[in-house]
Amino acid sequence: MISILRSIWFTFLHAFHKRETQGYPEKKPYLPPRYRGRIILSRDPDGKERCVACNLCAAACPVDCIALQAANDYNERRYPLFFRINFSRCIFCGFCEEACPTYAIQLIPDFEMGEYDRQNMVYEKENLLISGEGKYHGYNFYKVAGVDMGVKGIGKGENEEPPVDLKDLIH
Amino acid sequence: MEVIMVKIQIDGTFYEVNPDKNLLHTCLALGFDIPYFCFHPALGSVGACRMCAVKKFANADDKKGRIVMSCMEPVTDGLIISTSDPDIKVFRAAVIESLMTNHPHDCPICDEGGECHLQDMTVMSGHNYRRFVFKKRTYSNQYLGPFIHHEMNRCIQCYRCVRFYRDYAGGRDLAVSGSANHVYFGRQTEGALESEFSGNLIEVCPTGVFTDKTLKEHYTRKWDMTYAPSICIQCSAGCNITVGERYGSVRRILSRYNGAVNGYFLCDRGRFGYLSTNSPERIKGIMVRDPQENIQKEISRDGYLSVINSAIIGKKIAGIGSPVASLEANFALEAMVGRENFYHGIDGEKFDLERTAIQILKNSSVHSPSLKEIERSDAVLILGEDPAISAPMIALAVRQASRNRSIRMAAKSGIPSWNDAAVRELAQKIKSPVFIATPLTTSLDDLAELRYNSPTSDIARLGSVISSIIDKIEPLSAGSDKSLNDIAQRIAGVLMDAENPVIITGLQHNDKKVLQAAANITAALHHNGKKPSISIIFPECNSLGLALMEGGSLDNLFEVILQGDVETLIILENDLYKRADKKKVDSIFKKCKNVIVLDSLLNETSKQADILLPSGTFAESTGTIVSSEGRGQRYYRVLPVNGHIKDSWKHISEMIEITGISKDLHWEHFDDIVASFTDSYPFFSKIREIIPGSEFRFFNEKIARQTIRFSGRTAMNANDSVSEPKPPGDDDSPLSFSMEGYKGVPPSDLVSYYWSPGWNSVQATNKYMDEPYGSAKGGNPGVLLFDHKT
Repeated sequence: MISILRSIWFTFLHAFHKRETQGYPEKKPYLPPRYRGRIILSRDPDGKERCVACNLCAAACPVDCIALQAANDYNERRYPLFFRINFSRCIFCGFCEEACPTYAIQLIPDFEMGEYDRQNMVYEKENLLISGEGKYHGYNFYKVAGVDMGVKGIGKGENEEPPVDLKDLIH
Repeated sequence: MEVIMVKIQIDGTFYEVNPDKNLLHTCLALGFDIPYFCFHPALGSVGACRMCAVKKFANADDKKGRIVMSCMEPVTDGLIISTSDPDIKVFRAAVIESLMTNHPHDCPICDEGGECHLQDMTVMSGHNYRRFVFKKRTYSNQYLGPFIHHEMNRCIQCYRCVRFYRDYAGGRDLAVSGSANHVYFGRQTEGALESEFSGNLIEVCPTGVFTDKTLKEHYTRKWDMTYAPSICIQCSAGCNITVGERYGSVRRILSRYNGAVNGYFLCDRGRFGYLSTNSPERIKGIMVRDPQENIQKEISRDGYLSVINSAIIGKKIAGIGSPVASLEANFALEAMVGRENFYHGIDGEKFDLERTAIQILKNSSVHSPSLKEIERSDAVLILGEDPAISAPMIALAVRQASRNRSIRMAAKSGIPSWNDAAVRELAQKIKSPVFIATPLTTSLDDLAELRYNSPTSDIARLGSVISSIIDKIEPLSAGSDKSLNDIAQRIAGVLMDAENPVIITGLQHNDKKVLQAAANITAALHHNGKKPSISIIFPECNSLGLALMEGGSLDNLFEVILQGDVETLIILENDLYKRADKKKVDSIFKKCKNVIVLDSLLNETSKQADILLPSGTFAESTGTIVSSEGRGQRYYRVLPVNGHIKDSWKHISEMIEITGISKDLHWEHFDDIVASFTDSYPFFSKIREIIPGSEFRFFNEKIARQTIRFSGRTAMNANDSVSEPKPPGDDDSPLSFSMEGYKGVPPSDLVSYYWSPGWNSVQATNKYMDEPYGSAKGGNPGVLLFDHKT
């Protein structure tokens, strides 16, 4: 008897609790910036593609849903000729983002990717590439690498001595 | 010579090992993972990098021990070492940390990344975080030609490149300059590397200083390629290669270890000659000549059926084989047209020469040496052939042979052969005798004890005088030329003093007398109790295989066509305009109503075809070829059947089936044609032993062509269709076109790629052999068709 009354009392109290029902899709939920949703490719501070086509995201991907091909531009700068993610396979684990040495590939708080046709889940580079730096600002891989790919010359980096003069005997 | 084994103790376990090798070599052979940079099994030790430290104990009571470099440590009886002592770990981590202080932050865009010995060794030695806060030293790079990309910042100064390039391969234009922290490896001025073996720098360099420029154009990581074991088709040396493929195009060629043939290395022609497989000039569909417009047009399969029926049924057919096509393809054509209508597709002069060469190889009591045996010979006579042009890897083997005297000399002074710098220092310019008698200068001239540059007729004469002197017969042609006689005396004397001299000759200059003279010298040496061998260099990758088959020469065919009534001509992978006079070839094309050509590239001959069938290159077909040595070796397709491009023998088999000209000939799979071929030619029956057959399974599994970390599987074809296709099958070999299959060390003929846990670089090759630089596990690839003599 007491137990029944107790249950009725708690049920009554529940009427004054905060509502858990969300007004989605009219009301968008708050997702933290590090939420693992749709994958994008970002650009470096100079506005050029950040991806250097190193293939590490593809190698880290447990469902093998990333395929790309490296190419070199007129400055010998490495970039992806194509970059394809098959989102119908993606499990949004974020390993690609963790593996990326240049902050190019990032997962963003957007999950609204439903499609009627599964073929539309295949995203090419033009679908992935955004015009900004995404979550990580100010990093340009080619400024800290040792190579000269049109961003900084050899020996011009912050952490670099000028190139060795091979004719110099004093050092 | 029997080696007396010694007992040593490594990490508390006793092993019986060969005392002729250094300690690092021994540990690697036993499967210990010891980090190293400057050591290379083919180059020996110099003790430059200090990575391979181990702890050596004076005796069982010594608990303290001392750190030694294992690559510079001889193996002695009762040796006690530790490979995992805490002091060693600290030492190695300190060494790698200092080697890494100037290493740039390049890995993501470095072509060596993922197959980098430096990465592997850094991980193995436990250097994880950078503590060096000062600025990095940098270098400017050089343009080194179209094949090699130079990125000097990545250098760790191990000296392997110059030791290979200068000491091993005899190059002169790559060297080290500067000192201390300014050591630089490059050329005096920018320019293409001159050595024909420069491509090996890519594999020899433990980091990304020298990388493949052809790969850079379509860069793919090591783990992303599909690989197949293959044989180089650029010359008749029969070097083993691994072909890498991605997205339907061939990406690169690496050397595949064959302890008897090419070892770790390849020549540049073999390594970079693959680009033709990706050429826009490739024939992709079935083309038929439109009689009205007189141009070749691609047609449908139905159109092809009627055209091929009218071209073949009831017609008199002749077939032209090719010395660059596989035995199976040549045999399929021979079986289709009949043995009497099969011609080899080489001119009469070469044809006769090849017959002579085969007589020598079959009848003489001497032996055709492998490249490894050439390396071990103590005297070399090159007669009328420049191996540096016709088979560069043989030239490299001769270069190693020239060191044998210095190695023996060092042994007398107590210096082991692996102590490379000491042996070279002691030897200075002392070399084993190499005699070069060629019409022109060669890149081996710096080795020659004596050079004789003269027309081939003189060379043939020199050869016959040498054999007369050895046989102590009064030479017929001597006397008239005293200098020639003196040279012959000197060469004959040295050859008689040698234990296992090698005579290298070939078909380069179309001189039968040279061949015969070389055979006579070999026979004379044999009579005199020596163990000579004769290496006859054939012009093309399967010249010897084709020559061992029946058939006539191209000149015979011209006669038959001009007199007779040949209506249909089937040409297999052969550009006749390169083989014979243009007028003659034009005239036979005019005479024959139907010209069927099977080829992979558009050339003068394939442009003349009435029916043109797209045959697969070495990357798209499976076949067996015979090297100059007489080694039958198999190459496997790396690209699955795609559209109309397929093995030539499959095209021929299909033609037979469509036209129904023979009820007996039917080959479904590669095994069928091999069986049919070996039944018809019992001489070749050994090629069935290369592998047990396509049904062969290793531990119940096919052998994977793809690495375990092959990426992009579910996305690479998703642009065409999001539904993933089934991986292509392969009924012709025990290899699978996916990452599924046996992952360990398969039989050496079926090794697709080299990888071992912790060893992502090409240094993993050493895990696939009995001991570093020994024979491949389970025996070296290929079968020898000629009986091993002497």
